[in-house]
This record gives sequence, C-alpha cells and structure tokens, in this order.
Amino acid sequence: MAVVSSTNSTLMNNVEAVRATLYEAMRNDDRTIILGEDVGARGNVFLITKDFIGEFGEARVIDTPIAEASIVGIAVGMAMEGLRPIAEIQFADFIYPSFNQIVGEAAKIRYRSNGEYTCPLVIRTPYGGGVRGALSHSVSIEALFYHVPGLKIVVPSFPDDVKGLLNSAIDDPDPVLFLEHKKTYRLIKGEVPDGHYTIPLGKARIRKEGTQLTVVSYGLYVHWAIEAAQRLEKEGLSVEVIDLRSIRPMDKTAILESVRQTRKLLIIHEDNKFGGVGAEISAMVAEEALFDLDAPIRRLAAPDVPAMGYALPLEDEYMSSAGEMAETMSEMVKF
Amino acid sequence: MATTITMPQLGETVTEGTVAQWLKSVGDSVDKYEDFVEVSTDKVNAGVPSPVTGTIRELLVKEGETVATGTPIAVIEEVGASASTASAAPAASAPAPTPAPAASAPAPALATERPQPGPSSNGSPPAAAVDGAEVEGALRGASPAVRRLAREHHIDIRAIKGSGSNGRVTADDVLAAARTGAPAATAPAPHFEAPDATRTSTYAQPIPGTTVTLTQARRIIAERMVESRRTAPHAWSMVEIDVTEVWKWRVAEKDRFERETGYKLTLLPFFVRAVVESLAAFPLMNARFVPANGSNQASIYVNGEVNVGVAIGLPTNLVVPVIKNADKLSIKGLAIAAGELIEKARKGKLGVDDLAGGTFTVNNNGANGSWASAPIINGGQAGIVTMETVVKKLVVRDDDSIAIRSMMNSCLSLDHRVVDGYVASGFLADLKRRLERMGPQGEL
Repeated sequence: MAVVSSTNSTLMNNVEAVRATLYEAMRNDDRTIILGEDVGARGNVFLITKDFIGEFGEARVIDTPIAEASIVGIAVGMAMEGLRPIAEIQFADFIYPSFNQIVGEAAKIRYRSNGEYTCPLVIRTPYGGGVRGALSHSVSIEALFYHVPGLKIVVPSFPDDVKGLLNSAIDDPDPVLFLEHKKTYRLIKGEVPDGHYTIPLGKARIRKEGTQLTVVSYGLYVHWAIEAAQRLEKEGLSVEVIDLRSIRPMDKTAILESVRQTRKLLIIHEDNKFGGVGAEISAMVAEEALFDLDAPIRRLAAPDVPAMGYALPLEDEYMSSAGEMAETMSEMVKF
Repeated sequence: MATTITMPQLGETVTEGTVAQWLKSVGDSVDKYEDFVEVSTDKVNAGVPSPVTGTIRELLVKEGETVATGTPIAVIEEVGASASTASAAPAASAPAPTPAPAASAPAPALATERPQPGPSSNGSPPAAAVDGAEVEGALRGASPAVRRLAREHHIDIRAIKGSGSNGRVTADDVLAAARTGAPAATAPAPHFEAPDATRTSTYAQPIPGTTVTLTQARRIIAERMVESRRTAPHAWSMVEIDVTEVWKWRVAEKDRFERETGYKLTLLPFFVRAVVESLAAFPLMNARFVPANGSNQASIYVNGEVNVGVAIGLPTNLVVPVIKNADKLSIKGLAIAAGELIEKARKGKLGVDDLAGGTFTVNNNGANGSWASAPIINGGQAGIVTMETVVKKLVVRDDDSIAIRSMMNSCLSLDHRVVDGYVASGFLADLKRRLERMGPQGEL
C-alpha cells in the first residue's frame, strides 16, 4: 500500500532507511526537531544522525542529558505547541524513566484536552536482542506499551517499510512509538523507493503467501519466519507469513482473513510470552474466528525470564531461530 | 475404574437423543440403576439408569444438547473396585501424574479409600485411557472448524479417516468427505442457526411478529413428516360408514363400562377392532416398504405383529402411542389400552416403549367436526386411516327406504409403493363392512 511518487529505488539497509527518512523530514519541515542522547555531536550511536547537527543546527538537533523522562517530557511540550519532535531513546532498555511521560502524558493529551491539543510526537528507539547486548541492550518493550489506548506502536522489519511507516509516524497527529530492531539495522537490505511516500499505520503486510498455516510476527523474527517458511515450501508445506508492522492499531482484518483461509495460527515474537502481543492476537482470533480454527493457536516466544543473558548459550536460549520456527510450523501444518 | 456412559438408543429407529436434564452433578455419587440423566428423544423423556455405582466424574454433554446415540455423555468413576484396580487406574488415566507432596500421608492408602477427583477442572483432557475411546477420541479431538464444517456438510466425523497427527480428522478431511459425498451423518445435524428475530414466543402461546423456536418434539415431527412425504408416495381414498348400530351399542354400554373400568368408552376401540380384523384380511396394509440398501434390493416387509398407533393431539404436539398386539385384544381390551395411553399422553408420562413399534395408525380426527382429511403416513408404515365426525344423515338404503342414519367418513392414506388402490379400496370396504355389522348384539 505504499504511495510511491517515483518508480526508482535505492538499495539500503534499515539504518540507512531511518537516516534517509529523518534527513528528508528535517529538510522538508523546519518544525521537525530531533532530540536525544548523543544524537548531535556523536551523530547517534548507530550514526543515524551523523552530520545532522552541522546541517540543521543545535536548535533542531538537540543533545540531551542522560534523562529519558526529560527527553520525552520536553518533546511532549514541543509537540503540543506545534513542533514536530522526533525523540530518541538511545536503547529501548532505557525507556522506563520516561514511562510516565509516554503513558501518563503523551497518550492522554488529546483525550484530556477534549481535542484542543494533540501530541504529534515520534519516539524512536532501537530494541531487541541477538546482538550480545545482554541485560540492558536487548529488551523488547512493546508489551509494556501496547495496552495503552492513545499510543500507536510501529515495528518495521524491511527498509521500504521503515521509510513509509516513519513518514506516517511523523505525519501522525498523535504519539507514535517507533521500534527499530537493532539486529536488522545492517543485516537487512532492500530496495527503498525514492521520493516521499507513506504507508498507513495499522496495516499488516503478507510477506509470504501460503495456505496451510498463518504465521504472524514482527521485527527481526519476520525475516526468520520467512526463511523457515521458505524451507518448508521445499517440503511441500505452505505457510503464510504476515508482517504485522503496526502492533497498535492492529490489522485484525489481515490476520482474520488469513486465518480463515489456513485455519491455523502461529504467533512468533521475540518478547516473552506471558501477556505479550501474541496473547492479544490469540484472544482476538479466538473471539472472532473460533469456528474456523482447526488447531490450537500457538505462540512461539521468549521464556519468562527477567532478561536476555550475555553468555551465548543464554542468549540462544532466549532467542528463537529459523530452525525452531520451521519445526513448530511443520508440526502445526501436519497437526 | 472409569466407565464411559454413551447416549442410549431409546427405540429402534432413534438415532439421537437430547440431554434434557442432568439429575447429578460432577462429584455426586450415583447408585447402580439410579437415574442420573433424563434424555429426551422423539416425544418422550426417559430417565437413564447408571450401570455402575460410583461418582460422576465428567458430564460431557450440556443440557439441551443433542448428540447421536453412542456418543459418550458422562464418565462415572466406579467405587468398590479392588485395591489393586483402584490404585492402578489413576496412573493409567491421569494425563500428568503430580508428585505427591513429601509430607502427605501415603498415597495408595488414600487412593483405595477415595475415588480420585476428576482432573476436569484444569481443562486437560481427562481419562485418555477410557474404554473404547476411539470414537470418543475422534469427537474429542475435533477442532471447532472440523465440528462446524461437519455440521454444515452433514458429515459424521466418526466415519472419516483422519489424515492429521495421530489420525486426527482435519478440516480438509471433512471438506474432502463432503466433496466425495462419502460418509453422511446418520442424522441431520442437530444444530440450527439462531433465528434472526429478536422477539420470540412459544408454540403454545404464539405472538404475531415473533419467532417460535422449535421444541425437540416439534422438530422431530417436522423432520418425520417431510421424510414421509418425500419418500412415500401418498395416495388417498375415503369411504362413508354407517355407524348407527355400533353407536347404539356404545351408548348402551358406556356408563357401565366407565363404572367398571374407570375409562370412557368411545367409538375408537370399536373402530380399532374393525381395523385389526381388516388388517388380518389385508396383510399388505400392515407392511412396510424397505428401500434398496447397498446390495440389498428394495422389498416389502409384512409385519408379523399388529401394533396400532393411535394419534393423540396435545396442545404443543401430536403423539402416537401404540397399542401393542392390538389384534389380540377385545373391544374392551382396546378401550382400556387406549384409555391408559391417552391418560399417559396428557400427563406427559409416555415412555419410549409406548411410542415404538407401530405398524399401522388410526387417527381419530373427527372430534372437532372434520368431515374428511388427508393424513400423512407414519414413516415405516403402509397406511393411516382416520375416523371423521359422526353426523346424522338422510340415507337411501339398499331396499330404497329413506332413513336417518349416523354416518362417519373414514379416510385412508396409503404408501403407493406398498399397495395399490385395489388393495386399499378392498381394505376400506372390508373395514366399512365390519363396522356396519357391529351392533348391540355383539360382545365387547
């Protein structure tokens, strides 16, 4: 559903797609402000905003103290008063101090002011594991926020989606939490259409078609799920992989349409299982499509342990793999 | 030991039953031969006795749910089994044995004294090792999609070979069966979509502009009538019978009869008596058509017994209790038998046996003044004959005299596969002759 104004495209990885989109936003609209730890002189720890400060100045590319509540709080004020702040939390693991600003303030401003104020704020943050990031550089935070009405949560997996969805997030009149899986930053490359385009928030995308099982995932695991599904294709098993892209709003229609075809649903996410996004999808499908189900809904998710360990066996234990995914998919197709 | 109780077959043509009411709950104890569930089939409620003494462990079917005969409906944990059996059984049936807390009393001693509590509360499939679990397994493992598709396509899940893991029947298996038209369900699916209308009323007190949901009895009447009309080509004939003399006989006897027996003496037993005599003269009227089935060619079975169903109208539905071996009964015997059945019907006390086995049916249709009617044959019979209203008429008799006579029409619907008009009209003429010969000189 990308609205593309150019037929040309450029090969980019995810980090380049973020950088290109932010650069464009800064150039096209001088209300756009980037603020966060090390986004200025350092140019962000992944070099996403490298040289931005020189081109756009310290007033629009703001290095903040290590104080996440302030980063989001200031951005909320900017957004309410007409600017277009893009706040960065350096790693999602550090977002907790800003929880009140996001959940208690940003998400409620439109409602609280009876529509007089909105909060057109984007909070970008790298999240996720599999990079030996250990306890404080590996976390998935979506389940802590997806319960909150008034907040949109976007998780792109592919470079073209990064651009289209980030543009939509910036345009959106309400707060959007934009989660970028850090392992995909340089791992995932793809053609990104040139020029400005947007992809509507709340629309999933079928990244691989199939008839015998619906797999819903997001983030890094979409790529592994596709890999697993392609392996199984060679064995004659047909698995459909849906990239959720937006966790909230959630594309119920896409999920239900697919499940009604395949009659089986597997949800895969990196976040731990209990109360995760998979729980919501599972409940929704049970409510809406029970009589289409030909197998119990299954969730492949992280174990309920407090964090991802640094030691490789601990990280491996926490993370899934294309092999494990293929095994579960195969079991479900053959069920 | 766990005993699985299945939906009993209450009557030879009964294919399904509805759990009308559970008389016991999970955890209740039940004695052997004690009724633990009330099942409704056709037009009766029947209590089902427990085959064992024990504790109800599981109730597998909800009240109001209709299931095929043979479907497991409950699991009863038998008590009084030997110690070795009692301690072995839980190990075999419990899905995941929980280690006993170290501090607790020795488990075997407890196990022999008390039946194991059912594991149903945690939702795990209990008693996987229950006897004859294959059929049960097929139903238990059926996913919502399989159940829905089977219902929609009238497929009997148990008749399909599953292609899923452990032989599970998959949704695709059901669809494949529907395409090949193979194992159709023995009974039409009991599930019906909820009516659209939000306003409903009852059959007994219907309100215009509302939807009346069908009772079990109403639904079965509807199915049976359609089935009979569809399969049996109905033909129809009527005779006019002079019942003056038999009427006089009834009037002369009725007070004494009621005093002696407690039952009213109506025209019905006289009529039924004539009918059974005519059936003896025309055995093909007491027969049924047996359609071709597999390698068996179609045939006609001439019944050995003469069991006459008597249609009785109730406010909500019709019931047809059967007078067994009616040909062996005198008019008096028929009057008592009919009286008993009518009384039972009005009190809702008819049992399955009262309704089963009819070979021919009499419908006393004239009570409200009907002069002629075209009844639908009871499935599996060759005919149904009616008694219409008795009216006084001016009649020209055989000797050309004119007289005031009590006349009654009698209408016959016949299964034209079994008999033709020749036999049917012969039967009616015979019936007429026999009734017209009856009079006060006879013996009740």
